[in-house]
Amino acid sequence: METLSYRHTAARRAAGSKAMAIVGVVTSGNLEVMVERCLPDLECQVDIATSAEGFGDLWGAVVADLVERHSPGGLKFSINDGGARPDTVSLRLAQAARLIEEDSL
Amino acid sequence: MNADRINTIEPRAPEISWFEATARQRLRWFVDAGTFEEFLGPTAREMSPHLSDFNLPEAFDDGMIVGRAKLDSEPVLIAAQEGQFMGGAFGEVHGAKLTGLLRGARDAKGPNVVVLFDTGGVRLQEANAGELAIAEIMRALLEAREVGVKVVGLIGGRSGCFGGGSLIAASCSALAISEQGRIGISGPEVIETNRGVEEFDSKDRALVWRTMGGKHRRLLGGAELFVGASIQDFRDAARSLLAHAQALSLGVLKAEQARLEERLERFGSCADGLDVWKALGAKDPAAIPGMAADAFIHLAETIRSPRYDAR
Repeated sequence: METLSYRHTAARRAAGSKAMAIVGVVTSGNLEVMVERCLPDLECQVDIATSAEGFGDLWGAVVADLVERHSPGGLKFSINDGGARPDTVSLRLAQAARLIEEDSL
Repeated sequence: MNADRINTIEPRAPEISWFEATARQRLRWFVDAGTFEEFLGPTAREMSPHLSDFNLPEAFDDGMIVGRAKLDSEPVLIAAQEGQFMGGAFGEVHGAKLTGLLRGARDAKGPNVVVLFDTGGVRLQEANAGELAIAEIMRALLEAREVGVKVVGLIGGRSGCFGGGSLIAASCSALAISEQGRIGISGPEVIETNRGVEEFDSKDRALVWRTMGGKHRRLLGGAELFVGASIQDFRDAARSLLAHAQALSLGVLKAEQARLEERLERFGSCADGLDVWKALGAKDPAAIPGMAADAFIHLAETIRSPRYDAR
């Protein structure tokens, strides 16, 4: 197992008021992403525990992409990864960022 | 729109497949909208203390979601296993969450409990803790039933309900199962590995389903209800089972013993599910596996009506 952590400054605070959201399942080729609204408005953190070691650069790129596209200010993402491909990771991160902004669910 | 009109529309889970859904998706559509309140949710990060020893990824909820909700405006306690994480298998934390839920129901003498099973059995990486959890859960479940709590089990996930999970299911007040659902002590691969392919060919999917699958379990009396494939079907079944299941008593146990003795006597010599269905009076047993849910439910009601006086 490898653990990674990334901190970014976001352009703006994520919309909505939900405290947390979770999406995905930890299984082979998949991952779970839990997102919590617990940081100062413009900070963003992504903590990763992955069974696939040695892909730090790739994770860094996927996380930077998340920050650029969704501006998840104030959000902390925690990931348990079962060896998902980068496209699956991007999808789950986007789903998590969207879920926590939806107030009705 | 008019508010009164909205309130009179019964909320219906859309036609989402139970089999395809994750545990959290099932829960979301199974209970009355917005009523689920989770205990020890993922933010508590109560994860397995053992998986990291094996270099295996953990899950924030350890594959078990427990909490309270409303079903048809009635309070229920509810547990759902995530069959895709570690095959839904019972480990220390996973099991303790269900034990705690059932003990809570026992101590407070309610409300009723619904368990959404999806499990291959005990997690091999934490087998001692998992086996202990199974024993603790069965005890807590029976103690809850003894004080009048009904515990209903629902089976239709991709991991089925095997090993210790099937023992817990057998301890429930009543069960509902779908076509894809399977119940067994040992799974197909385990039987083949231990007893040889002549005893049981795990690659023969038709054999697997007519031995452990939902239709056979319903006809054999192992599950009270057979249900269609959607979350709404399971919701309807749970409401029906909660209404019909009996409280645990000496009379119910004696009726269960008699039911099992009669089953052994009638079907003990059958070598295949097909023989059992024939003995039950099905005119065309070979057509049963291909039957649509509605037709099968009708057939099952005709040749084997569910019993609520036993278990």
